[in-house]
Amino acid sequence: MSVPIIMFFACALLAVLGAVLLILAREPIHSALALVLVMMSLAVLYLLLGAPFVAAVQIIVYAGAIMVLFVFVIMLLNAGVEERTDFSKIAKWVGVPLGFFLLLVTAVYLLHSSIGTTIATGVGAANQAADTRELSQQLFRQYLFPFEATSILILIAILGALVLARKDE
Amino acid sequence: MGFITQHPVLVVSLVKIAVLLFIVMTALAYLTWLERKVIARIQSRWGPYNVGAHGLLQPLADGLKFLFKEDMTPPTSDRLVYLLAPFLALSLALTAIALIPFGPPSVRVLGQSVFIISDVDIGLLFLLSITSIGVYGVALAGWSSNSKYPLLGGLRSSAQMISYEVSLTISVVGVLLLAGSLSFNEIIEAQRGYWLHFIPRWHVVPQIVGFLCYITAAIAETNRIPFDLPEAETELVAGFHTEYSSFKFAMFFMAEYANMITVSCLATILFFGGWLSPFPDSWTWQIFLPGAGLVLLGAYCAYDTVINMRGIAQIQFLVVTLLALGGGAISLYPPVASVIQGPFWFTTKILAILFFYIWMRGTLPRFRYDQLMSFGWKLLLPVSLANLVITAFVIIWPLLRHG
Repeated sequence: MSVPIIMFFACALLAVLGAVLLILAREPIHSALALVLVMMSLAVLYLLLGAPFVAAVQIIVYAGAIMVLFVFVIMLLNAGVEERTDFSKIAKWVGVPLGFFLLLVTAVYLLHSSIGTTIATGVGAANQAADTRELSQQLFRQYLFPFEATSILILIAILGALVLARKDE
Repeated sequence: MGFITQHPVLVVSLVKIAVLLFIVMTALAYLTWLERKVIARIQSRWGPYNVGAHGLLQPLADGLKFLFKEDMTPPTSDRLVYLLAPFLALSLALTAIALIPFGPPSVRVLGQSVFIISDVDIGLLFLLSITSIGVYGVALAGWSSNSKYPLLGGLRSSAQMISYEVSLTISVVGVLLLAGSLSFNEIIEAQRGYWLHFIPRWHVVPQIVGFLCYITAAIAETNRIPFDLPEAETELVAGFHTEYSSFKFAMFFMAEYANMITVSCLATILFFGGWLSPFPDSWTWQIFLPGAGLVLLGAYCAYDTVINMRGIAQIQFLVVTLLALGGGAISLYPPVASVIQGPFWFTTKILAILFFYIWMRGTLPRFRYDQLMSFGWKLLLPVSLANLVITAFVIIWPLLRHG
């Protein structure tokens, strides 16, 4: 067992654990924290794939900005404990088997694709060539238009949120 | 044994981490001592004086006091999160320090760099990512205490930290553009050299606006006066850590001081040339500066011991004197002197910034909450953005003109 493989399984387990906790926790803050756990484990997985920039951005954007806002809003609204409803019949009889089926399909796909072996052998961690400079050149030369289009979309969304939140006068 | 030979990086790193942890913990303790002494001097008081000579054993006494106090948990608190918050705050604050290069990478033992714990390609980005999740400690402490004042303090500080983090990050980008790298070593190397043969090429000169924005945002990020609204005692008792006692309170306290050190380290690296000496390399006598400084300190301590100290304090201070003189003598030995050059300058610069921090605390009153928010969003953010745009324009201008 090499260190990358141990790290991979530890973080993969943590990510799954966090995701399950996210659904099962009844206190909204606990759910939010579980989601932070998922984000952080994913960041480590990105590191193992040899993408430190993506890992850092994952932490800054998701764990450091978005989830902090979530926690902030939950605290501000003082959201109480969730109330459980009975599970719907459709979810029970169709959703659960379908979920397992999807899991199976993904597992079989990963077994036969190169992605799975790249992660598991930790080859990616040694291959740090995909550095920040290269990434930004791709982003600001080849994919400049989609990049700018996305940023304008986000700007529009922010403006929309402001308009919705503004009081009528 | 097989494991050690297979993973030398892991073992050496663990040793370095242990040593750094010890140094940082001691530094934290004595930072509180320094702060109390400086504030006392500003306010014409003595500060800690009775525990050890010049109060030098006060941090130890405080630490013991925290350990032996009753550890109370409010019965209505959310126990898990209540426990998690101080651990999160302290461990994140300490993790950030691991990324700091304390000296040149050329000093090596067993092929591993001595002064650099982890040389990450995108060190700066990682440091920012770790500080960005530092908010959780404060926010969760405020929420899990399940009490009014901590909640208000937690809310305030989350809002404050989110707001000032934006300015902090943007004010740093100007330096990134100048250095063209996210790696701390490359950022420091970019500051090597001199203008007019004597002004060091530190980024603080072209990026003075960026530096002012950075240091302001940094003080707000670490919740220090004049931005210590989260723990404004006249309004909120003690803010987010009102319900914490004993060692859990001490952990928040240590996290705050560790964050101060991190922020000062970052300022040193980004704007003041990190471990580079301010003097040109041709001034060869400068390698004796650390030793000479320690010997001078020892001489002053000796004078103080003989003239001012009586009884047990005299013996205690004699030990300090001998330590300073001995350290100075070792540091004057040329091979040692050249090795400790980097850490010496780095520490000196950090101490200067920390002193500035404490000086601010002794001088400025606290902001009002709305002033804090409007200052952050309406002044600091636009100024740092303008600084970024102008820097980018100045860098790209020659390229545009020639082609």
